[in-house]
Amino acid sequence: MSGTVPENYQSASEIVNLVTTCEISAVEILERYLNQIEEHEGDVHAFNLVTINEARAAAKETDRLIVEGEKLGPLAGVPVAIKDNLCTKGIPTTASSKILEGWKPPYDATVVKKLKQAGATVVGKTNLDEFAMGSSTENSAFGPTRNPHDLSCVPGGSSGGSAAAVAAGFAPIAIGSDTGGSIRQPAALCGVVGVKPTYGGVSRYGLLAFASSLDQVGPFATSVKDAAIVHEVIGGYDPLDSTSIKQAPNSFVQAIDEGVNKLKVGVISELMGGIDGITHEVIEQTNKAVSALSDAGAQVEAVSLPAALYCLSAYYLIAPAEASSNLSRYDGVRYGLRVDGASLKEMNVNTRTEGFGDEVKRRIMLGTYALSAGYYDAYYGKALKVRRLLAKNFADLYKDYDVLLSPTSPCTAFKLGAKVNDPMTMYVNDVCTIPSNLVGHPAISIPFGAGKDGMPIGVQVLAPPMKESVMYQVARTLEQASQ
Amino acid sequence: MVLAGYNEEMSDSISSEEVKHVANLARLRLTSEELGIFTEQLRAVLDHAKDVEALELDDIEPMSHPLPIENTMREDIPNPMLRPSDFLSEAPAVEGGRFLVPKILGEEA
Repeated sequence: MSGTVPENYQSASEIVNLVTTCEISAVEILERYLNQIEEHEGDVHAFNLVTINEARAAAKETDRLIVEGEKLGPLAGVPVAIKDNLCTKGIPTTASSKILEGWKPPYDATVVKKLKQAGATVVGKTNLDEFAMGSSTENSAFGPTRNPHDLSCVPGGSSGGSAAAVAAGFAPIAIGSDTGGSIRQPAALCGVVGVKPTYGGVSRYGLLAFASSLDQVGPFATSVKDAAIVHEVIGGYDPLDSTSIKQAPNSFVQAIDEGVNKLKVGVISELMGGIDGITHEVIEQTNKAVSALSDAGAQVEAVSLPAALYCLSAYYLIAPAEASSNLSRYDGVRYGLRVDGASLKEMNVNTRTEGFGDEVKRRIMLGTYALSAGYYDAYYGKALKVRRLLAKNFADLYKDYDVLLSPTSPCTAFKLGAKVNDPMTMYVNDVCTIPSNLVGHPAISIPFGAGKDGMPIGVQVLAPPMKESVMYQVARTLEQASQ
Repeated sequence: MVLAGYNEEMSDSISSEEVKHVANLARLRLTSEELGIFTEQLRAVLDHAKDVEALELDDIEPMSHPLPIENTMREDIPNPMLRPSDFLSEAPAVEGGRFLVPKILGEEA
């Protein structure tokens, strides 16, 4: 197995301490990460673009503020990698699609703005499955990203570039988006922490929409505490996102070390062997996590989430349906690629046919079909009812349990090319992560041991909406147990 | 829009004619080879979805969104906004401060 994972990771909180106490400059920190990128990016391909000049200027500005004695934000001097479906003002934002190649957004996404205000240094835009549609980052128009633990394997997806960037030591934190598991699954496959926040908890303003009722922006980090710090920075009400939840400032870090004594944890039976395709070693590892929580004083019991059996089908009707509508805006008129044609329709068709990759076309067609008259009730309508059923299942469980536990991914990282020609086999990778998206609940993936191939395994902690604090507590306990 | 074949055999797998029709609606052109591959792949996904199609859920309300929110309005207070030129500078073709497109009138819908 040949990989590029560094021996140790430096945490974001450590960097902030060093930079704000002037032990090391933000520029020096940045140059260390840029060196790591220089050395290994050719193998990993985590980035669509490394913004070296802008990053150096930002780090220099941070150092200037320190010298002038200004108060610095909670991520002062911390390099951060941004998924390339989040708008960065004046910096190309492609969603790894040819249809947006070269497009430069006129504004920053709210999360990007907040990260900059917190003192973070944006180092680049990370690769993804085109428009975040995929579970391996092989659907990128600019070539696949490779798993830093084994370069012959995928990093997962769709935020594979962000996960790989953190795992390879290219940045201590990264931002991704999660529509059906696109943060948590690559986090699991790359051995890092990944969080999907509560729907509405983090602004989606400036996130290129895939499935608007499912998309949520969240952090990758090398530790649970770092993830919580970043989540505090990027979360909160944003008037520019009409689905943003009005909320008090988040406080996740404060209670992170409170442990799990007397907490009630439900282990989702359907995802522990009830549904086919989840590998034995993943279940075994998740059972070890169960024991660890039990040893730490939690009360752990097996529970049933019956609607989980239908989530995969429901998701692959709902997400494409929303995508078919959202992606109608790429018509060659307002941004990105235009392929000329004699009429407007011909120009639209030429542009979309040349600009979109196969997976995006597949989902647009699937969604258009699921929404068409005559099929709407049978497919999209039914899927929305499954979603309600699932929400009821969760609500019932959360009357008795504080959090739920399951594997994150049904298997460890697979070889490049192994599943890319069989969409249904690829979709099964999302079976454990989809339920949280359908109901808008938060969930986190934490590295917990490895498979027989030595590749990382992640376990998932699910929590009720806006209850991330307890989710981080449980995740922190698991992190300590795995070390 | 009603797709051909719906009335007779609703849960039959999607036909290549239907895929062609859907592609046209979505403003995509498929080669005959692509049409064959996509039809097969969409069939596999829709076959999997038969488990959902078969469920009896008449008394369940559909849930289209995780949050029970309706029209969100902001206060009617003027705010600084991006200028039209910020957007037009990124467009493939513009003329006189507007997006330029090929001829529309006289075109078949």
